[in-house]
Amino acid sequence: MRAMSPPPTVPLASLAAPAPAHEPSPWPAFVRRGLRNQGVCVVVALVIWLMAPNARGSLFTAWVYSTAIGTCSWFFIDGSRLLLSRWLAGRSTVPAARRARWPGARWMLACIVVGAALGYSLGTALGDAITGFQTPSLLLNRPAIAITLVSAIAATWYFYANERLRLEQLATDAARRAATESQLMLLQSQLEPHMLFNTLANLRVLITLDPPRAQAMLDRLIAYLRATLGASRSGWHPLAVEFERLADYLALMGYRMGDRLQVRLDLPAALRDVPVPPLLLQPLVENCIRHGLEPKVEGGRIEVRAEQCGTRLRLMVRDTGVGLHDSGHGNPAPAAGDAPPGSHYGTRHVAERLATLYGAQAHFRLQPAGDAEGGALAELDLPLLPADAPAAGTSPSA
Amino acid sequence: MPQALIAEDEPLLAAALATELARLWPELQLVASVGDGLSATRQALALLPQVCFLDIRMPGATGLEAAQALAEDWPAGTPFPLLVFVTAYDQYALRAFEAQAVDYLVKPVDTPRLAACVARLKQRLADRTAPAQATASAPAGDDTLQQTLAQLRALLGAGTPAAQPRLEVIQAGVGNLVHLVPVAEVLYFEAADKYLRVVTAEREHLIRLSLRELLPQLDAQQFWQVHRSLVVRASAISTAQREESGKVTLSLRGRPERLTASRLYAHLFKGM
Repeated sequence: MRAMSPPPTVPLASLAAPAPAHEPSPWPAFVRRGLRNQGVCVVVALVIWLMAPNARGSLFTAWVYSTAIGTCSWFFIDGSRLLLSRWLAGRSTVPAARRARWPGARWMLACIVVGAALGYSLGTALGDAITGFQTPSLLLNRPAIAITLVSAIAATWYFYANERLRLEQLATDAARRAATESQLMLLQSQLEPHMLFNTLANLRVLITLDPPRAQAMLDRLIAYLRATLGASRSGWHPLAVEFERLADYLALMGYRMGDRLQVRLDLPAALRDVPVPPLLLQPLVENCIRHGLEPKVEGGRIEVRAEQCGTRLRLMVRDTGVGLHDSGHGNPAPAAGDAPPGSHYGTRHVAERLATLYGAQAHFRLQPAGDAEGGALAELDLPLLPADAPAAGTSPSA
Repeated sequence: MPQALIAEDEPLLAAALATELARLWPELQLVASVGDGLSATRQALALLPQVCFLDIRMPGATGLEAAQALAEDWPAGTPFPLLVFVTAYDQYALRAFEAQAVDYLVKPVDTPRLAACVARLKQRLADRTAPAQATASAPAGDDTLQQTLAQLRALLGAGTPAAQPRLEVIQAGVGNLVHLVPVAEVLYFEAADKYLRVVTAEREHLIRLSLRELLPQLDAQQFWQVHRSLVVRASAISTAQREESGKVTLSLRGRPERLTASRLYAHLFKGM
């Protein structure tokens, strides 16, 4: 997500977090800035008074002038900026530009110069009317012009930086919320009540029918729950452990599906210690079961394979199920009244996790298996990390 | 002796239900135990049991779809079976079952609940035969059938997905050629295996889409579902003839063939 850490040159527009359908009116914020601008005016008055205490007498006079000029300048600069950005957005064909309230540095400078000049003229006139002084005309009072211009630029910069910070904060919050939500949906799909209660129903049967098998099944369920609920979703674990967790889940499914499920796990000994993010493959295997094999009357086979291609690690999860077209592997078409919640979160979660952890270094693909047996094939192509590599500060979270 | 069918895709659970039923209801004869929704329909129609236990989530067809098929194809003259839906968890389905007073069991099924269910089934089977002896005029089981049809209609309606954007044009591919068929020209859609027949006045096309996927994209005012595999444009129907069996034969404007509306949807056709 580029909104999370924008490079310094990103225009404000692209920071605008998830754009609301209806752009709120900019004018309340305009007035709020006007009020905050009064603070700036006080600071400017103090500075002028401290720098040249004898020039114009009292602090009050300095404050009157700085407030009059500052308020007029704010009105012209901020007002012209908003109108200008609206006009520019109307001309642009880029939809994102409609959200821009920042016309760009060059236009902004023009706004400041013109706005400050207008603000200075009107402000001094106002100040003169209140205090009874006679201010020399614009071009004769260079220090005042300089002070006005510098204050205008400083105030504009202050508001710009402030707004930018706020939008960044918004974007970060939105990203964090999205990550939490996706984590929750994944957990929900893995601890789906349908799966849990069916597993418990099988366990209940086995307890009287075949106690040793019941115990073995319970051990698998405990291992599955520990892995799914546990805090182990951060960090890394060896590929061998990843395969063990998959074996737990598939064994549970084996009890439930009987001979409708065949499993083949293929992990070369040389790859056993390769570090991978925990439970990376779990959602893919669950999709194979739920969307590939469970809907198929005769069931089928699920295969998980790891292989090394040079410096790359290839992980493959395939099934011989109903295939991607008829199923919800990617886009669920749930059975009437019996929808598995959030089933497409699986593949999306895996893709997002790879992008977060490996950036452009990893590739994920979901496609039809493409041989006579049919079904779906998910492929992951990752950099092959040495067994002790990822300890250094990388903590993969969802 | 009452007969029963169990449709459950998990072998251990199917075996356990059979064992428990044998203990709680020794007279009940288990005539078939199947693992998918399609076999459930086929076997039930072949063996005509009095009780069907239908798991909801099964391969092939869901328990609800199997029930729909039974309601549509059950032979007239035989009492419609008592249906018991079995599900591990589905709050929406459970709410619908509750609302329709349908018999259902939640997995894992504990013995007291199964016993209560068995008692209720026995009672209803007894009720079924008693009034038939008392009043010879009413055909046995007709009331139960009407009641079951109403329940099923409500259950099927409850599972309908939310309406989606309207489909305007159907793209039917044949080899390298794609026919664009405006939905406004379609007279009816008929499900045929994995395909859907799209029939206009002039010709017909095959598309790879299920009726379930199509339905939310159609205007329900214009297109009426009249059978589990048939959706017809209401304004294309010229006459509806009610048959003895409760089915309704439809003739169309612009097409010679006749279509059959199942008894599940016969209520759509009433004189004003």
